[in-house]
Amino acid sequence: MMHFLLLFSRQGKLRLQKWFTPIPEREKKKIVRDMTTMVLGRKPRSCNFLHWKDLKIVYKKYASLYFCCGLDAEENELLALEVLHRYVELLDKYFGNVCELDIIFNFEKAYFILDEFLLGGEVQETSKQVVSRSIEASDMLQEAEIDNSDYDLELGWP
Amino acid sequence: MALKIVKGSIDRMFDKNLQDLVRGIRNHKEDEAKYISTCIDEIKQELKQDNIAVKSNAVCKLTYLQMLGYDVSWAAFNIVEVMSSSKFTYKRIGYLAASQCFHESTDVIMLTTNQIRKDLSSPNQYDTGVALTGLSCFVTPDLARDLANDIMTLMSHTKPYIRKKAVLIMYKVFLKYPESLRPAFPRMKEKLEDPDPGVQSAAVNVICELARRNPKNYLSLAPLFFKLMTSSTNNWVLIKIIKLFGALTPLEPRLGKKLIEPLTNLIHSTSAMSLLYECVNTVIAVVWLSVLKYLGLLAMSKILKTHPKSVQSHKDLILQCLDDKDESIRLRALDLLYGMVSKKNLMEIVKKLMLHVDKAEGTTYRDELLTKIIDICSQSNYQYITNFEWYISILVELTRLEGTRHGHLIASQMLDVAIRVKAIRAFAVAQMATLLDNAHLLTGNTQHSGICEVLYAAAWICGEFSEHLEDPMATLEAMLRPKVATLPGHIQAVYVQNAAKLFSTVLCGQEGAPADSKVAQETSQLLIDRLPVFVQSDNLEVQERASCILQLVKYIQKLQQKDVEVAEEVTALFAGELNPVAPKAQKKVPVPEGLDLDAWINEPPSGSESEDEGRKTKGKAVFAREESRHTKPRYTEVDEKELAKRREVRKAEQANNPFYIKASPSSQKVRTASSPNRQLVLWMPMSDQYVKLEEERRQKNKADRKKDKKKRREKGRQRRGDSGPESEEDITPAHMVDIVTEEMPENALPINSSLTSRCITDVCDIQGNLHDGSQVVVSVIFENKCDSFIKSMEFNVMDSLNSKLQRPEGAGPHDSLTVPFHLPPGISSEARFIFSVQSIVMPQKLKGTLTFIVKDSSTHEKLDFKLHFTCTSYLITTPCYSDAYAKLLESGDLKGSSLKLEGINQPFHHLLARICFHHHFSVVERIDSCASMYSRSIQGHHVCLLVKTADQTVSIDAKCDEPGLLRNVLDEIKLTFSQC
Repeated sequence: MMHFLLLFSRQGKLRLQKWFTPIPEREKKKIVRDMTTMVLGRKPRSCNFLHWKDLKIVYKKYASLYFCCGLDAEENELLALEVLHRYVELLDKYFGNVCELDIIFNFEKAYFILDEFLLGGEVQETSKQVVSRSIEASDMLQEAEIDNSDYDLELGWP
Repeated sequence: MALKIVKGSIDRMFDKNLQDLVRGIRNHKEDEAKYISTCIDEIKQELKQDNIAVKSNAVCKLTYLQMLGYDVSWAAFNIVEVMSSSKFTYKRIGYLAASQCFHESTDVIMLTTNQIRKDLSSPNQYDTGVALTGLSCFVTPDLARDLANDIMTLMSHTKPYIRKKAVLIMYKVFLKYPESLRPAFPRMKEKLEDPDPGVQSAAVNVICELARRNPKNYLSLAPLFFKLMTSSTNNWVLIKIIKLFGALTPLEPRLGKKLIEPLTNLIHSTSAMSLLYECVNTVIAVVWLSVLKYLGLLAMSKILKTHPKSVQSHKDLILQCLDDKDESIRLRALDLLYGMVSKKNLMEIVKKLMLHVDKAEGTTYRDELLTKIIDICSQSNYQYITNFEWYISILVELTRLEGTRHGHLIASQMLDVAIRVKAIRAFAVAQMATLLDNAHLLTGNTQHSGICEVLYAAAWICGEFSEHLEDPMATLEAMLRPKVATLPGHIQAVYVQNAAKLFSTVLCGQEGAPADSKVAQETSQLLIDRLPVFVQSDNLEVQERASCILQLVKYIQKLQQKDVEVAEEVTALFAGELNPVAPKAQKKVPVPEGLDLDAWINEPPSGSESEDEGRKTKGKAVFAREESRHTKPRYTEVDEKELAKRREVRKAEQANNPFYIKASPSSQKVRTASSPNRQLVLWMPMSDQYVKLEEERRQKNKADRKKDKKKRREKGRQRRGDSGPESEEDITPAHMVDIVTEEMPENALPINSSLTSRCITDVCDIQGNLHDGSQVVVSVIFENKCDSFIKSMEFNVMDSLNSKLQRPEGAGPHDSLTVPFHLPPGISSEARFIFSVQSIVMPQKLKGTLTFIVKDSSTHEKLDFKLHFTCTSYLITTPCYSDAYAKLLESGDLKGSSLKLEGINQPFHHLLARICFHHHFSVVERIDSCASMYSRSIQGHHVCLLVKTADQTVSIDAKCDEPGLLRNVLDEIKLTFSQC
């Protein structure tokens, strides 16, 4: 099971955090700090896996962003890399050539996509199509509501 | 009211949305904290408003700030408010904020139960979706307990979108509220076969996680998972299933066997690294532990050949493998150990092995251990043994093994060491005396080559080196115990003989001392009392020796009674020290004057087999002293193959003979000379190439000789180099092995220059006759190399069943054919003989003789030769067009075979030319380093070759409708290339 997924920049700025197990706030901050220092301290071309406490840390750098996740010790590291890659693919498909700024400005979208792909630290949907379709459907639903809410405003309804 | 609303919406227009906030933060890099605190103040204001859109925007911004590390727990209630919005847009934001900010100690969570339940049962699947997603992050035991039923219902929702989320979240619920597992499990199991792949994979995920925590409860699902594994094509799912099996197999070993096939299939077929990795992981963990060990050891033995040091560091690991319950792994480990020993670790390794010998169950493995110990110690001429006393005690210890079949091996080692290592003879003799004394312990197993064989060695060593015995009398007594008569005959014989030797030593001791002659007489009496048992032996050898010695002792006793000192004379019976003899010692013996070793004593026997056997039996007589080796070497006419065979036999003999120090392979030079002053060369080239080939051959011979010399020089250098400052060599051996390997200067004469006055060379070419499938024409070129005129040449061949020389009508089957010309000096001429051949599948050798008269001396001379009918000579170069060739190959009538030649560094076209030239093929087509060739036998067999070359390796794939013929042709091609 995946315990957390973090996205951070080269400067160590956190861009996204997803915790699949309930962890106290203080502990979260410590993990984030450890991860950023550990991962950023790695030399280029070193391998993508680390051990931290009893977790396996798998990370990969896409453009300026580091994608980093913590796994149970018995998990498959290569599979985790595939998960990270799949997430990047999904972001890419949604934003169209995704960049760090997309994720900064639309961070809630990034979360929504992640929530359709992973749930509770497990892969929820392995099909890219299915994930994108459910995201689209949710967005459509939202747009319809916004249109309606404008209408509501005009009518003066709360 | 309306105004308030309007104001709210106007405010809203000026509100910062998330993008503004982000931009603002980025623009206030210097005073970020200050900027954010103003933003938080704004957000607090916004949250106070009733407008849900404003609130939701504020919560969204808070979620962002939370990520930046700001505490937003104060807004928990507002988050719940947004979650409760009826609109999906806000609900989504609310649940996102909750999943990011809530944790188990957030107290407002208990307020959410009803809201979440409502959302879970919402008609809008996306409402349900966000609720489930959110819940997965902040589910508490209370929430789990209260909502377990609702979620369980959702597992059977009509929408797969909901089902898969529900299935996944169930795992979290199980963790928080374990009581829910039992009622929910049947449904979870059902989901493994859900029509939707997403739901299925979700269920697999959950069950894998559960099984990892408590595998034994999930064993019953193995068949279902096995079905999924063999049917699923989804790598994500496969990885999970394989992981699950990894957890299950330790509990159910039978699973491992079942998994081998699908796993190997996956390993071979998948291109996904992660899946491959998972398969390998599982394989390593459970399925093939033993196989892997085995393969690992195998790989190590390969590495050992190139990097011995790196393997040696794993010595302990390999020794551990000796404890493995799998015998083949143990044997593999033993093999490795053999290559790993050095002077430093030999004793340690052998000590460990000895421990294993004691523990080992099953005589086969124990025997294997025993032979390995001896192999390890004795390898490379005892190179690694630094202390031979230690080795002797190891050997003695090994005799304690019951039921071994290698008594003979131990015995021969004892003999070898005792004879060759002079320094430890005293020690060896003492040990052997103890063995003899305790012989009753060893005689339990009297079967052939049982452990009692060591008594043979012990008796001989005690007898031969009796001067080292502390108490020869006691040993003599031990050797003459009545129990000895139960030993196998050949051992008794040695006992009797060596008892005599001991007797002489005892006499010496007793007479030398100023003792009374009575003691000596008593000794004689002991022999006279005990020997009759042996005289009655049913073994001829024992009987003969015993009666002989008995009479001798009786005679000695008579002399003793007359107070004659006999000791000296008795000792003379066994005088002379036995020394080890080098394999080349023969060459050192000077040939006595007037002895012509090359002259025939008798006419050569027709077959060489009987002679071969004669040698063999001679070699077996271990105690035959050197004289037996002085027999004149007889050079018979033998071809290379025959010689090679004999060489092998001889080597094997020597390896078993303790008197021989094993020779390095290069040191034996074979004389290829046939009869002394005649030379017979048989080649099968095309007619116009004789000269060239002859030259080539001579050069080769010369080169070979040079090589030989070079090797020898190198060997010498190595020997010197050995004593260099290598750390290994720092350990000086306690005893030196007597090694006699230096050689006499080699005076082997160049083969062709050994020709004296008379000489005939004949060269023959065997060509099939295309017109008649059973005829072969042999053209023989006779060349007179001497100064005299040669006439009346008669050619004869001993026919075989398969091949017959065609003689003119009316001639008998053994008559010779007259060669239709005379040969003046220095002239060569060609004659043709026709043979009829029945089967062309096998190569043939025919023996023949050529008789002729040399005019000057008017003597009748005879020349023996052999004709090689190789399979190649039945092939006829036949051109073939590529389309016909393709058709031929397609026909499927041809059977294939292949050949690989290594280290060929001649250009490809030379190679092809060689095959064409020597083996009568024609090239059908050539593309780069690949060529197809064709030839046809005189009986119409098609032979097709596909020759490919890459880095000095030539592979030949061949097809022919007669597999036997093909095999032989390929062998001949191989031979051709091994000669160049």
